[in-house]
This record gives sequence, structure tokens and C-alpha cells, in this order.
Amino acid sequence: MVMPTVSARSIAEQVPDPELPMVSLADLGILRDVQQQGDAVTVTITPTYSGCPAMREISHDLRHRLRQAGFADVRVRTELSPPWSSDWITDVGRAKLEAAGIAPPHPAGSRPPGPIPLSLGRSQHPVACPRCRSVRTVETSRFSGTACKSLYRCQDCREPFEYVKEI
Amino acid sequence: MSDSPAMSDSIDDEFAAHALTQDSGDHRWAFGTGFTDALEGVDTTLPAGVDGAALGAYCLMLGDDALIYSHRLQQWMTRAPELEEETALGNIALDLLGQARMLLARAGRADGTDRDEDALAFFRDDKDFRNVRLVERADADFAELIARLLVFSTWRLAQFDRLTTSKDPVLAAIAAKGVKELTYHRDYAARWVMRLGDGTELSHRRMQAAMDNLWPLVDELFHTQQTESALPGVAVQAETLRAEVDVVLDTVLATATLNRPAAAPLACVRGRYGRDGLHTEAFGYILAELQSVARAHPDATW
Repeated sequence: MVMPTVSARSIAEQVPDPELPMVSLADLGILRDVQQQGDAVTVTITPTYSGCPAMREISHDLRHRLRQAGFADVRVRTELSPPWSSDWITDVGRAKLEAAGIAPPHPAGSRPPGPIPLSLGRSQHPVACPRCRSVRTVETSRFSGTACKSLYRCQDCREPFEYVKEI
Repeated sequence: MSDSPAMSDSIDDEFAAHALTQDSGDHRWAFGTGFTDALEGVDTTLPAGVDGAALGAYCLMLGDDALIYSHRLQQWMTRAPELEEETALGNIALDLLGQARMLLARAGRADGTDRDEDALAFFRDDKDFRNVRLVERADADFAELIARLLVFSTWRLAQFDRLTTSKDPVLAAIAAKGVKELTYHRDYAARWVMRLGDGTELSHRRMQAAMDNLWPLVDELFHTQQTESALPGVAVQAETLRAEVDVVLDTVLATATLNRPAAAPLACVRGRYGRDGLHTEAFGYILAELQSVARAHPDATW
């Protein structure tokens, strides 16, 4: 029996997100907890959105990598509360997203008390183009190839780019 | 590849490395096609004093609303007027499907029958579905799609916002996630209603007609159910949502220069509505499409 020589946390932290492979689960803030006891480990993850189709893939990856590292008993559990916020993306994660041409999110902040306000106008916070840094950008769609991003276009370099939505 | 790989190369490498570490290639052909539990590892113990059967029935209502409406939205795939709209509708449908999966999983556990989400989605008959009738019909055009999305997401957002303080921690957690998603759905629909209502003479006329057609189905959203009353502190009584929903709808309609429709509510049949298992003709067609493969191959795995 080979006992694991690396901590389970360090392995789990490095697993890439299947849909945004330039960032790790830790960078995205979806890795909530890693509990290690001998060669048994329980990893807790949280979905970004309710329908996130990558959860199963993430769970597979965690199990596989941890088993390869010598952990015989790997459990992956989901935690729904508190719900994921884009504010949980680390500074390293934000830098990696930007380097890959995806604009990182503005702070989600906390909502005011009372009913959730409608937002009928354009976003008040300009999103800088990750390629040319121009803030002359327009949102072309609030939704993009994955639930967590929206679609923008830069009016200076004319390139389209994605922006991770603040939630 | 050059000695100092460009960024896109390193991403490709990461993809490749990722693919090579899989234990089996089978599950990689598409994400999420396996039948895993949507609440895997979540503590689903019933809180003290909560009636499991009632909680199960309540989660079924909320889950069925999302499941059926998600299916209707999915039918817009490849039919939306622009790629950006199709992407939006696909993501909204996916969020709702995610909510449905968790709610159905909660329902089957809470009511003690231990049915999983697939048993509930694919192997119940129409009279056992508890969705409101609003989610059933097909949309005749984009205006009808947007009208229903506005009403549905406004109503569900108000409902989920209240449920974030539910005494059932699982329901509260599902709601807290859903609130963030539904806020985006409602904004999306509201912006389109404004654009079309306050657009050209033609778009205005069609947006108004879509609202008028939808209106008979709206009243039913605010009928409090016995199940809701049987779950104080856990469920939301539907009638209490009306004021908040009205304020939002009236604001959007006024901004869009549309009139609030005055059409009478769609009649019930012997006191029964969608929540009682009484559905419209369109519902049979949805279930046929949704369930036929699973029923023809009940033991299939992929």
C-alpha cells in the first residue's frame, strides 16, 4: 500500500475547470473544502449555475487524479449554500482569464433590501477589452457559450470577447 | 509549435492533458449525460416538524414548472432569430433544467418514495404533473416567447426570493442559486419586451397581441395550493406574490408602451387546474417528446 505523498488539497486545487481550462477549480472558487484522513479524502465543490453541465466532469477528474495520487477512498460532494459568487474567483484566476482573452467580472456586491430591482439599461460598469484595453465596448448578448459568461464586442479593435458575468 | 508556445497552444496542451487523464473515454463524448444525483452529497435530512409528503409535493410543483418550461425553451434551439438570442435561450433553459433536476431529486427523497429525477421526469403520466398551465403551450412567434418568459421569470423570481428563507435548508439553497439566474432571465425578457413594444408599429402590435394571448394563463399563478398552506415557513403561498409581480409587469408594460391586458382567466375543469394535474392539449405533445425515448428504452445507459 502506497500512502499519498502529496496533500489532497494541492491536487484538487490544480484540477482545471472543463469549460474554462485556463483556470483551476481553486482559481474559480468552486472548490469549497478538502478533508483528508490517511488515504481517504472528501472534496466539496459547488456549481457556478444550477444547470452547470461540467459538475459531473469535475467530479470525475477529482476522483481520477486523487486516486492516481494514491488516495484509495475519494468522495466528491456538492454544496449548494452559500451559492457561488463570481467574487470568489481569485486574483490569480482573474489574471489567467484576462490573459486568455476573457474579461474578469466586476464585483457582484450585495443587493439592496426589498424586491430585486429590474435592470433595463446597459450595465453601468464599463468592461475593458482584454486585448486592447479599450473601454469602448458593447454588450452584444447577456449570455454566451456557457452560462457564466456574456458576450461583448470592442468598438476599437473590433474583436468580440467574453466577459464573466457578475453574480 | 514554437519554443515559447503562444497562449492558445498552452490552452490546447491543457485540454489534451485533461483528456488523457480520464479513466474512461466513454463519458467524455458529452457533458452531463450520465444519470447522477443532482443533490449528490447534499444533506437531505428533513427538518423537524416538516411534513415530508407535502414538501415532496411542493418541490414537484416547482420542479415541474421548470422542467416543462425548459423543454419549451429548448424547442427554440436552431429556430431563434439570431445566434445571440439562441445562446441566451439555451442558457436560460439550462438554468431551469438545473433547477428542475435538484427540485425533482428533493421531491423524490422528501416524499419517501425514493424516486430519482429520471423516474419523476420520464415515467409519470400527465395527470401526475403539477406544473401550472402557463408553461405548456408552444410559442407561435418570438413575441409570444418573450411575453411568457417575462411573466414566468418575474413570478418565479419573486417566489424563489421568498424561498431563500424557507425552513427547508435544501429548498432555501436551491432558491438562493436560482434567484441569481432568474434575475438575469427577467432582465433579458424585460429588455426585449421594451424593444418590441416601443419599437415599430408592427413589433408593438405583435408584442401586445402576445401579451393578450398569454394573459388568460396568468391568474392561475397566484392560486394558493393546499400544499403551500400545509407548509408554513417552508413554502410560499402563491397569492402573496401577486402584488410584487404586478408592480414589475406594470413597470415593464408601461415602459414598453403596452397595455395591461384585461382578458379573463382560462377556466378550470371541475375546479381543477394545472397544479391538480389538469393540463391543456399541448401538454400531451410535450410529454410524448420528452418521455418517448426513455420509455422505449427504460434500461438504456450511455
